[in-house]
Amino acid sequence: MSPRIPVARFGHGSRVPGWDEPVDLAKDPAVVPDPATTPVPQALRDEIEAAMAKYPDRRSATIPALHAAQRLHGWCSPKAITQVAAVMALTPADLTSVASFYDMLELSPRPPHDDVYVCTNISCSLLGADELYEAMIAAAAEHPSVHVQSFECLGACDIAPMASVNGEYVGPLREGDAEQIVEDLAAGRPVLPEKQLRFRPSADPGARP
Amino acid sequence: MKLLFDRIDEPGLNTLAVYERRGGYQSLRKALTMSPHDVLQQILDSGVRGRGGAGFQIGRKISFLPHGQMEKYLVCNADESEPGTFKDRELIQKSPHMLIEGVVIAAYAGEISRAFIYIRGEYAHQADILEAAIAQAAQAGYIGERILGSSLSLPLVLHRGAGAYICGEETGLLDSLEGKRGNPRLKPPFPAIEGLYHGPTLINNVETLCTVPQIIRIGGAEYAKIGTETSTGTKVVSISGDVQRPGNYEIELGTPSREIIYGLAGGPFENREIKFWFPGGSSSPVLTKDDLDVPYDFDSMARAGSMLGSGAIIVADERRSVLGVALKLAKFYAHESCGKCVPCREGTNWTVKMLQRIQSGEATPMDLEIMASVQEQIIGNCLCVLGDAMAMPIGSIVTKFRGELEAEIEAARARADAGAPADVVAVGVADELAGPTPVR
Repeated sequence: MSPRIPVARFGHGSRVPGWDEPVDLAKDPAVVPDPATTPVPQALRDEIEAAMAKYPDRRSATIPALHAAQRLHGWCSPKAITQVAAVMALTPADLTSVASFYDMLELSPRPPHDDVYVCTNISCSLLGADELYEAMIAAAAEHPSVHVQSFECLGACDIAPMASVNGEYVGPLREGDAEQIVEDLAAGRPVLPEKQLRFRPSADPGARP
Repeated sequence: MKLLFDRIDEPGLNTLAVYERRGGYQSLRKALTMSPHDVLQQILDSGVRGRGGAGFQIGRKISFLPHGQMEKYLVCNADESEPGTFKDRELIQKSPHMLIEGVVIAAYAGEISRAFIYIRGEYAHQADILEAAIAQAAQAGYIGERILGSSLSLPLVLHRGAGAYICGEETGLLDSLEGKRGNPRLKPPFPAIEGLYHGPTLINNVETLCTVPQIIRIGGAEYAKIGTETSTGTKVVSISGDVQRPGNYEIELGTPSREIIYGLAGGPFENREIKFWFPGGSSSPVLTKDDLDVPYDFDSMARAGSMLGSGAIIVADERRSVLGVALKLAKFYAHESCGKCVPCREGTNWTVKMLQRIQSGEATPMDLEIMASVQEQIIGNCLCVLGDAMAMPIGSIVTKFRGELEAEIEAARARADAGAPADVVAVGVADELAGPTPVR
């Protein structure tokens, strides 16, 4: 009989946080918050109302509204959700169900922060993305305002391995770039300007002007 | 032959002035002098097939829309998230007006009254560029009320997603656009009959819509002469992985794959050899170095046992372990499964666990049989093809690299017997999403 190496086994594969937390059945269900008693910052209200006006059905503005609230609060906190719910006249449960589905919407507490998404999907991982992710975590260890997350394919395999820093795509990243990203963020400088995707010419020779 | 990528690096092409100077929006002007029926006929004549993955003819899709006075929608799928694919990103960033022009012409052909572009949330820079371009186009009267004095009115709204692979699936995208969780819907009814807000809806990929102005410019019959008989036109191919010059290349469909991988992308790194490659994104069954002479078009790829998919070639050289790549893939699909259909939700998670058993030395060769049968149980048994998208490549890896996987099983068992720590090839999503509480 060979010694068995324990393999982690898990009870579920759900993406939904809080699946194993007990529900308080005695509590009343949350209803659409009363606009009169729910203060909403004017700028946020304006942004959500402008988004709702663009669609035949106001519910379509849910993701833009949650993006706006997250920009303001740092995450989709109960307070942020309540504010969006008051403006959109939807229940907080409706909005939470949507927020919990998408990777870019955060349901755990986070102050306003810098987002570093490291792509660890196939093309990037062939070229060293897993090591880059480790290096990025290590580089950001002393900087709580830098939030490093491994991400699925970000659609920039031509600059693999790469990362998205507050939405700015940079790559191909080499040793030392992780520290540079954190330094640039701390100094408020543009991140790795010479490696930003936006300045990269196409690989196709026919693309040249 | 360059149609979409022709001098696309020209500075300022993302602005209306430069795009117009290069003949932009002339196809729209030409289309508006024709009847919607004639425009549709040109698109049908071109035979152009969808560039997003399924390869369905856009002309036929438009012709499925019901006629008459009603609210019909056009949705452009810019939720490009198939691993290995990055062509739409470059098209939007460098030539956003080409997409807008394609959207308006396609809407005219389908007598559609409202259009949306759903772009993935991660493409922030591209979305900003597209938003600015839409504003410019609206100002110039190319979108909005009574376009260029014609009877066509078309509001166009850019919608940003928030990070979910499944929203690239057309019905998942529609639910997401309606402000819900992006769960795919049961088909039929297909979106052409009942789509966005229950209305008839035309959904097409960015690249497909970008070809529409080219078809109108040169004529459908002329366009059909490019490429092969059943795969007409040009295709932007995204090449990545172990190649010297990764990037987007526009090719004529039917070009030998070897010419793309070796000629354009420079082939594998020095002294390396191609071990296997994905011809159409990570969802396509893998091919090996024996398949390099297969012409790059829809039907040849299908005959070779794979698919053209989104047109994304991922190359892996002989250093890469198929087990590591298979596990990466399986974890990705397990993470992105929306959880609605049991075969996909359970199948993807169990495939991850079975691959991890191989790594930890717990597997036997029989596990490969079980893994292959799990893949077969997924295919065709779910509302959408996300599960199939894992089952097809994993199934092909188990078939084509069975010997290597058996060797991995033996080696890991020997390591376990010797008491050495498990050789973990990759870590990632499955551990994170499963939370910190192992059952045993």
